[in-house]
Amino acid sequence: MRWALLLLMLLAAPLRAEEVVLGLSRDQVAISTNFDGSEIILYGAIKREEPIPAADPLHVIVTVSGPLAPVTVRRKERRFGIWVNVDAVDVDAAPSFYAIATSGPWNEAISDTEDLRHRISIPRAIRSVGAPMSVAEPQAFSDAVIRIRKENGLYQLDEGGVELRQSTLFSTEIDMPANLTEGDYAIRIFLTRGGEVLSTYETSIDVSKVGLERWLFELSREQPLIYGLMSLAIAIAAGWGASAAFRLVRSG
Amino acid sequence: MQIYLPIAEVSVNAFLLLGLGGMVGILSGMFGVGGGFLMTPLLFFIGIPPAVAVATEANQIVASSFSGVLAHFRRKTVDLKMGTVLLVGGLVGAALGVALFNYLKSLGQVDLLVRLCYVVFLGIIGALMFVESLNAIRKTKRGKPPARKKHNWVHGLPFKMRFRTSGLYISVIPPLVVGVLVGVLAAIMGVGGGFIMVPAMIYLLGMPTKVVVGTSLFQIIFVTAFTTLLHATTNYTVDMVLAVLLLVGGVVGAQIGTVIGARLQAEQLRILLALLVLVVCGKLALDLLIQPSELFTLGTEGAH
Repeated sequence: MRWALLLLMLLAAPLRAEEVVLGLSRDQVAISTNFDGSEIILYGAIKREEPIPAADPLHVIVTVSGPLAPVTVRRKERRFGIWVNVDAVDVDAAPSFYAIATSGPWNEAISDTEDLRHRISIPRAIRSVGAPMSVAEPQAFSDAVIRIRKENGLYQLDEGGVELRQSTLFSTEIDMPANLTEGDYAIRIFLTRGGEVLSTYETSIDVSKVGLERWLFELSREQPLIYGLMSLAIAIAAGWGASAAFRLVRSG
Repeated sequence: MQIYLPIAEVSVNAFLLLGLGGMVGILSGMFGVGGGFLMTPLLFFIGIPPAVAVATEANQIVASSFSGVLAHFRRKTVDLKMGTVLLVGGLVGAALGVALFNYLKSLGQVDLLVRLCYVVFLGIIGALMFVESLNAIRKTKRGKPPARKKHNWVHGLPFKMRFRTSGLYISVIPPLVVGVLVGVLAAIMGVGGGFIMVPAMIYLLGMPTKVVVGTSLFQIIFVTAFTTLLHATTNYTVDMVLAVLLLVGGVVGAQIGTVIGARLQAEQLRILLALLVLVVCGKLALDLLIQPSELFTLGTEGAH
């Protein structure tokens, strides 16, 4: 079995004539108290054993994807004169953050079939298995996820955002907004030529709360009663403190 | 200066929160109300998730009510016995309110419930207060003292109890019912409920005005403290960083507001408060009536 695998790899090697070597400006994003968004700089080179093929130009596509989580999408309708939520669709898995940067126009960078296979574009990155039969337009619900998250800067498509020099060196910047959730953010890099994926490279970056943020968040989940009592103690101390301070000011 | 709130998971400007806390604090000190009915909608507007806004606001009210009740204890204007009866009702109401809140959250209707509660109660209280204070001003201009009804149907109910500080001998049922209602509202709306309890104590129970504010603050501390604990242990939605920023602004503002309030006339104050309540109510009602620009909303609850 192992020999067969090794043989396969040897056979496959010449096909992967162009490969990615990647560097990251940082390998983790720390959400501290004064966290106000972040940017990651990705830079890399394309390693090749042969001269650059003269055919179609090379393209680089970079995606950064937050952890997948189910999302409940609700639609409002007018009932009895006011706008209320009438139906809901569960989108099974949508990334909390998804950014794509390409080195050229989307249509030139990748073909539709390759996009389908690797789930690169934003609509393909969202997985929705089935909506209840009662819902008329299930597509409108996953479109809503994309639309709302694009407005919040959580989903981004930056065509031409990757700078590619001499088909060898590339770099790009991904802006991460302040309303990030924690988790492992998957980074994927695709090398394409004529819309076909030549090679892929995957790594990840860790986004996590640190210090006070980490401590409060964990306390609130693991010891909710102590957390609640602590909030009350702070509230009562602040109330008493302010009252006492102002009495001093007025009498003094 | 941006600050990342660990539970709400959004980043907001710290000075904006301090300013909001201070402004609402000044108003609450001027009018003798908790200010929760103003703060919670304001938190919605700046993008705090409604569940976090409601739970955290309950925590902040504990601070402002505690600061207020100390002054009333010194003046001996707290009816502890009446406060305890109201409190028993309040705790039952708060537990019911949090259960209702969690049930509607699973249906996806919690936003609607909170907003509807606001529109209905703010509308009723604002209108009543406005009419009442207009009448009072007219009467004082004619030179007649404002008359208060001494006896109504409330005094005919059983289980009578003597409340010495308030000088009352009435049934415990009305204060219990008032307590339950305020408890439910406190849990659902993230308010202390002072704006409902104060009129109910004056007009329904016939308590003397001077003990009403102190007694309602006394009861509010415990009900909102209980609500905070329930939200913290069942929904994990109390954001301590948000609460601290709001209450620092709030307690300072409340003390300033008390000084301003002492220099204005009671009727003028009440009309101003009534107008304020009606403005907030109108804004929330418009949001429900006008077609929203985005018909879809995203939730992470997942559960059905």
